[in-house]
Amino acid sequence: MLGRFLDSDVFYSFRRNPLAVGSAIILVCVLIGSVFSPWLAPTNPFDLASLNVMDSFNPPAFMPDGARANLLGTDEQGRDVLSSIMYGTRVSLFVGVLAVAFAITLGVTVGLVAGYLGGFVESMLMRITDVQLSFPSILIALLVDGIARAVLPRELHNSLELYVLIFAIGISGWPQFARTVRGSTMVERNKEYVMAARVIGIGSARIMFSHILPNVLGPVLVIATLSLGQAILAEATLSFLGVGLPPTEPSLGTLIRIGQNFLLSGEWWVTIFPGIALALMVLAINLLGDWLRDALNPRLR
Amino acid sequence: MAEDIVLLADQVSRYFDVSRPWLQRTLAREPKQVLRAVDGVSFRVARGSTLSLVGESGCGKSTVARLAVGLYTPSGGEIRFEGEAISAARAQPDLRRRMNMIFQDPYASLNPRWRVRDIVAEPIRAFKLLSSTADINARVGALLTQVGLAAADGEKFPHEFSGGQRQRISIARALSSEPEFLVCDEPTSALDVSVQAQILNLMKDLQQRLGLTYLFISHNLSVVRHMSDRLGVMYLGRIVEIGPAAEIFANPRHPYTKLLLDAIPDLDMVGRSRTPVGGEVPSPINPPPGCPFHPRCPLANARCKTEKPQVLHLGTVEIACHAAEEGRTTA
Repeated sequence: MLGRFLDSDVFYSFRRNPLAVGSAIILVCVLIGSVFSPWLAPTNPFDLASLNVMDSFNPPAFMPDGARANLLGTDEQGRDVLSSIMYGTRVSLFVGVLAVAFAITLGVTVGLVAGYLGGFVESMLMRITDVQLSFPSILIALLVDGIARAVLPRELHNSLELYVLIFAIGISGWPQFARTVRGSTMVERNKEYVMAARVIGIGSARIMFSHILPNVLGPVLVIATLSLGQAILAEATLSFLGVGLPPTEPSLGTLIRIGQNFLLSGEWWVTIFPGIALALMVLAINLLGDWLRDALNPRLR
Repeated sequence: MAEDIVLLADQVSRYFDVSRPWLQRTLAREPKQVLRAVDGVSFRVARGSTLSLVGESGCGKSTVARLAVGLYTPSGGEIRFEGEAISAARAQPDLRRRMNMIFQDPYASLNPRWRVRDIVAEPIRAFKLLSSTADINARVGALLTQVGLAAADGEKFPHEFSGGQRQRISIARALSSEPEFLVCDEPTSALDVSVQAQILNLMKDLQQRLGLTYLFISHNLSVVRHMSDRLGVMYLGRIVEIGPAAEIFANPRHPYTKLLLDAIPDLDMVGRSRTPVGGEVPSPINPPPGCPFHPRCPLANARCKTEKPQVLHLGTVEIACHAAEEGRTTA
């Protein structure tokens, strides 16, 4: 299996593309650093006992009066910025990945059903998709988040905020999957292998999910990569606007929001470093997505 | 003679609505447009025999094939499989299992993401013919060997095979539900000539060994001559001549059949001039009045332009042609 992958065209084009290799290296570092942050981070920024207010606003270690222990400095509570970033990236990635997974599940199902069944069902589903596509996705996410705040009791909402956010970002991202999958499904459903399955009486659901689905996943993979970047950014935007994750469970967006209060008073590192981390991660994901799109496009081989 | 009829088509029609969307049609004040792909076709396929349908592109051959396995429902007339209406027959897994189809394009008829083993085993699983994985794998291996491939080929994906090998896989798959009746929709037209002969011989051999019944669709008369017991010639959604293949090849009566047979390349014909089939097939949306073949027919007269010919029996052959009925040989 691994041998086949290493011999494949996709891996060959990967090795030939330094941008893709660089992005992959950055992503792997980010992944390891964030997923294993409880073991790798220098300190635990949420362990109140280890915090010392005397350490607040330490500049990064490379600055003249920086402390060696805090490579990227500390914030107003004395939390180590590097550790906060590692923990925050983990939250951002968690939200992004789950939101995209939710968007894929919903969008691919809608696209398959619309494309395969056609007719009235297709018209209904695709009009819904069109209507949602006509709104900016961040607006949809804000709307869903606002409704959840209004409907759920306060303490329940606080404990569920992470999942509300995943739902809100996921629900704002599914239409592009639905449109792509519908298009490919309409091509696939007239191919003879689908006819062959229908002749022996295979049901519509089985034809959709076990015959057509594997053949339409290529473009989905590309869009998924690119929308992972978008989802992480959407989460950061929402958190920056203050409707995302609370400071007790900060994501990169929350860190940037908190830090920007000190930007003009000289403690720039509190917000710049989380910002760089976010930009670097999203850039790497997008570059990798671009490469994947080209690598899977037979016309560009 | 009481024939054992597997498939019977009685005045079967299939129309397709090709109108523009409702709003545009209403604005432009157009009527609905109907394409008569198949228009009143009758035939019967006797057990263990092969009926071939030939005709040019767009004459409705493939539509007949899809009607015969129930992928399309007839707009008019009736198709009976083993004496039951086709829709009723398809509702019963035991009857549905006894029919299957081989497709034209071996590059599109195998799911590119499935292993050959799973492609061939799908009918076995769908009809629950075998339950254990070991039994299924053994059966798939036997089927692949039967069509001239190796049992180990089941592990591969379709793209690892050539066109001819893929068509063998299609045949193995079609046979895996142990059917008695196979509809073959131009099974060799996408293949090289040398490979065509191999596939046709394989199909004839399987027919003899397993007692299969074929409805064979083709536009290639040389292929048809090799395969058929009976032959039907289709033109613009109708059967113009149908009868024993040997009889039609020896003594074609319908002018269209004569033109088609004339067009077969033949070593005896080298250097001699041939009558080309002039003109195009008219549009089935707007077929000509009278006999649909009259614009291209060398024997057409005034009657052909106005009166639709009915099917009549001339010896063992059924034919729809005024000229053949009157014994006319010139226009």
